[in-house]
Amino acid sequence: MASRDEILETVTETLVDALGVDDDEVTLEATLVDDLGAESIDFLDIVFRLEKNFNIKIPRGELFPEGLTSDSSLVADGQVTEEGIATLREKMPHADIDSFADDPKVENIQSLFTVNMIVNFIEKKLAD
Amino acid sequence: MRWFWIDRFVEFESGKCAKAVKNVSLAEEHLHDHFPGFAVMPGSLMIEGMAQTGGILLGEMNQFEHIVILAKVPKCTFHSWAVPGDSIIYDAKLVDSRDEGGTVEVTATVGDRLIAEAEIMFVHLDQRDSQFGSIDQKNFVFSMNLLGILEVGKAGDGSASSTGE
Repeated sequence: MASRDEILETVTETLVDALGVDDDEVTLEATLVDDLGAESIDFLDIVFRLEKNFNIKIPRGELFPEGLTSDSSLVADGQVTEEGIATLREKMPHADIDSFADDPKVENIQSLFTVNMIVNFIEKKLAD
Repeated sequence: MRWFWIDRFVEFESGKCAKAVKNVSLAEEHLHDHFPGFAVMPGSLMIEGMAQTGGILLGEMNQFEHIVILAKVPKCTFHSWAVPGDSIIYDAKLVDSRDEGGTVEVTATVGDRLIAEAEIMFVHLDQRDSQFGSIDQKNFVFSMNLLGILEVGKAGDGSASSTGE
């Protein structure tokens, strides 16, 4: 099985190809949107490439959940509700929800999408 | 002017690869502005030609069930240029296809000269999706509209392609 370093190496290659960034920009802490400049269509591209590079299947919404903010029970007054945070924990066990819960503004959701989150996801996926 | 940036398919292997030809003509209005005194086929329109070649390749394998939209050009490199009188061959290979869309790799050559190479990603819109129900299929070039140019296409072995029969 691939080590975490090997996974990071392949994830880095994937993001370099998908986002046109330099490999030294792809750190574990880097966020896809703010640091690496990903746009909506890039998320689909990243999923396509990860599936191919790791020879796995990633069902739609599993790595990058969709429609979280459109559910009124999960979001109120620009903040993710307690129920919303519980939903995030359930749907995104690979993300650092604890840090997000300290300041659960809706716009902070995209900061959950980090390189580390992808590496966690792939590590778990390969172990299954 | 019609938004056709390929003239004809010359090879078409369903779900695998397709080759289309684009004959660059001095009659094309835009070449007189791009550039005055030095007419070269604009790179952006070559990308469109590559996308039409690859987009039809992807659309055809699903019997044009989905609306195929050019989503992203992750890579594109230009090595040379094409001028009036050149026949550009766009050679597209399908490298990935799935429910959500697909990816092609395409080269553009004139004779033995490599003009450009690109990777192009498409996404599918479902015509039955209520969100997109108002989209007029006729507005999309990656659809049945361009089937006419498939009719003169030939499969790699010289026989008529199945789509064109």
